[in-house]
Amino acid sequence: MTVESTAARKPRRSSGTKRAAGAASAAKAPAAKAAATAQNAEPQLVQLLTPEGERVSAADNPDAAEFLSFVEDITTEDLRGLYRDMVLTRRFDGEATALQRQGELGLWASLLGQEAAQIGSGRALRDDDYVFPTYREHGVAWCRGVDPTNLLGMFRGVNHGGWDPNTNNFHLYTIVIGSQTLHATGYAMGVAKDGADSAVIAYFGDGASSQGDVAEAFTFSAVYNSPVVFFCQNNQWAISEPTERQMRVPLYQRAQGFGFPGVRVDGNDVLACLAVTRWALERARRGEGPTLVEAFTYRMGAHTTSDDPTKYRRDEETQAWEAKDPILRLKTYLLASGGADEAFFESLEAESEALGKRVREVVRAMPDPDTMAIFENVYADGHALVDEERAQFAAYLASFEEGH
Amino acid sequence: MAVEKMSIAKALNESLRKALETDPKVLIMGEDVGKLGGVFRITDGLQKDFGEERVIDTPLAESGIVGTAIGLALRGYRPVVEIQFDGFVFPAYDQIVTQLAKMHARALGKVKMPVVVRIPYAGGIGAVEHHSESPEALFAHVPGLKVVSPSNASDAYWMLQQAILSDDPVIFFEPKRRYWDKGEVDTDAIPGELHKARVAREGSDLTLAAYGPMVKVCLEAAAAAAEEGKSVEVVDLRSMSPIDFDGLQASVEKTRRLVVVHEAPVFLGTGAEIAARITERCFYHLEAPVLRVGGFHAPYPPARLEDEYLPGLDRVLDAVDRSLAY
Repeated sequence: MTVESTAARKPRRSSGTKRAAGAASAAKAPAAKAAATAQNAEPQLVQLLTPEGERVSAADNPDAAEFLSFVEDITTEDLRGLYRDMVLTRRFDGEATALQRQGELGLWASLLGQEAAQIGSGRALRDDDYVFPTYREHGVAWCRGVDPTNLLGMFRGVNHGGWDPNTNNFHLYTIVIGSQTLHATGYAMGVAKDGADSAVIAYFGDGASSQGDVAEAFTFSAVYNSPVVFFCQNNQWAISEPTERQMRVPLYQRAQGFGFPGVRVDGNDVLACLAVTRWALERARRGEGPTLVEAFTYRMGAHTTSDDPTKYRRDEETQAWEAKDPILRLKTYLLASGGADEAFFESLEAESEALGKRVREVVRAMPDPDTMAIFENVYADGHALVDEERAQFAAYLASFEEGH
Repeated sequence: MAVEKMSIAKALNESLRKALETDPKVLIMGEDVGKLGGVFRITDGLQKDFGEERVIDTPLAESGIVGTAIGLALRGYRPVVEIQFDGFVFPAYDQIVTQLAKMHARALGKVKMPVVVRIPYAGGIGAVEHHSESPEALFAHVPGLKVVSPSNASDAYWMLQQAILSDDPVIFFEPKRRYWDKGEVDTDAIPGELHKARVAREGSDLTLAAYGPMVKVCLEAAAAAAEEGKSVEVVDLRSMSPIDFDGLQASVEKTRRLVVVHEAPVFLGTGAEIAARITERCFYHLEAPVLRVGGFHAPYPPARLEDEYLPGLDRVLDAVDRSLAY
């Protein structure tokens, strides 16, 4: 596997016909226009399951062959499992959005449309791998076995994270974009020092790719040959800013300048995301250093419940991506191939309902933290000022009790 | 031999060596810390003895240095990172403030952040801009960080060991113009608490409070004042977060006057916090308002002006006189 061969991967169009690579035709255009055209061009994607729900074979696309070998072991039962993960994640996400609208959550960052990127990459991980998420990786958290209701505490305002990262090797959500790519790199440096063969994966978005920290993470991981996979979900929008405001060349190509491979995968194709992430993780485990995976996907909803995407993007764009829905295409395949019957989908619907109900109940029952929690865990070894202020505030609160 | 006379630079070097020997999880990271031994040679010889896996030359990227140190700490390591100069810490400020300081609290205490950020700081060496600043208040203001600065070789040796042993992130400011000052270090001693102030000279008429590079200036001022019959006590605060207000209060209750001295700009600086707290604690003991001597609300000046900018003997003695005149 080389950078060049990855970059030369041909697009798999929905019609099934082959087409000249966008970058090749752009090469004839004037320089400035060429850069913009390259970014806007039909992406060159690793795709193993088309939007129409058809499996891509090695014969269809020789480039896909290398990645197909990474999902050869995937059984029909595994595919149903991936489908279940995506459906339940979407249901959880939808429930959280509704809870925000009902005033139960202060904010929610929806993953709608990105289920395949998260489940595909998340299911590629081993238990001893370590995940550094941003704040939208609800599907990855699901794969790690984090109870989804744990993710809601920070959005309800009862904590700033709240779970023990070492329980599921799933670090706390990071809101400052790109910061966690450095934490992942440092952690991976530690993994290498320990002589372990586990890998680390850092999630970030297309907007974060503009941050210096991401560039520094690429530099550090390359020079120390760290076992880290940078998994960028390019969902096309950084709040209201399109990718044209973040970059002039396709993101995955950036890796080449740092000296490691980058690959663009169809982020709405759970099988391709699984295969490509497994490939990247194996490189890391073998001591071959970092990889950049760009999952080309789309954020179907708002950036968070605070913004209004109708103000900055066109309906036609969103509708075009609806046709590439990650869940629908796997359902089509499962039905057409006889991999699942109606009973499976009905049973899953019931499971979704139960999950939604549990999420609602848990969120509404989530207690506010104790007031004195303000002073907890500011320091591990204690701090005289915190002790003093805690005592003063406790006395102040107690003075109301005495008044009664 | 346990007691040895050495420079602050040597004491820091010995301290790092001891930490590397004691705990295999301790790592040294920074720009030029390996073969060169750091621009001030604080890490001299450590890479030769402990290898490139323990003493790590990093890319020239401060956010990357601190950000990866956070990841290493999450993996169970105890990184001691060097920021080459005070003014270069700001590219890493985001990682220090938004990540390093808060990780323990965000994880409800489930993870620890034993990271030490060493910063050669403050002026007096005739450097170009960004090489002479005193940004300690910017760090002391951030909950979750601890901020300390030694003023002598013994403290340099022991405080660095204690900072490395701490499970909290410690910003360790090294007074670079004192690197070559020598003092006795007892490597077998039982050190005092990291955040406890130290009475560096006893006196009865007035307290001078300082830390890091200004402790020496204050000791000289106290000696000069003594020739005029004034008994000045000097308190070396040693820690800016937390500040040992109990220790300082005891001194002020005895002397009834306080002058705080630091190189950093006076406005909203460490001295402002000390003045407010000591006024609150010692209101009925004070014979004069707490006075401050420090830098101006101006960028650190070019080297040819730094002797005017830095608080020297005369400015400290002037403040002593003003306080005693009340």
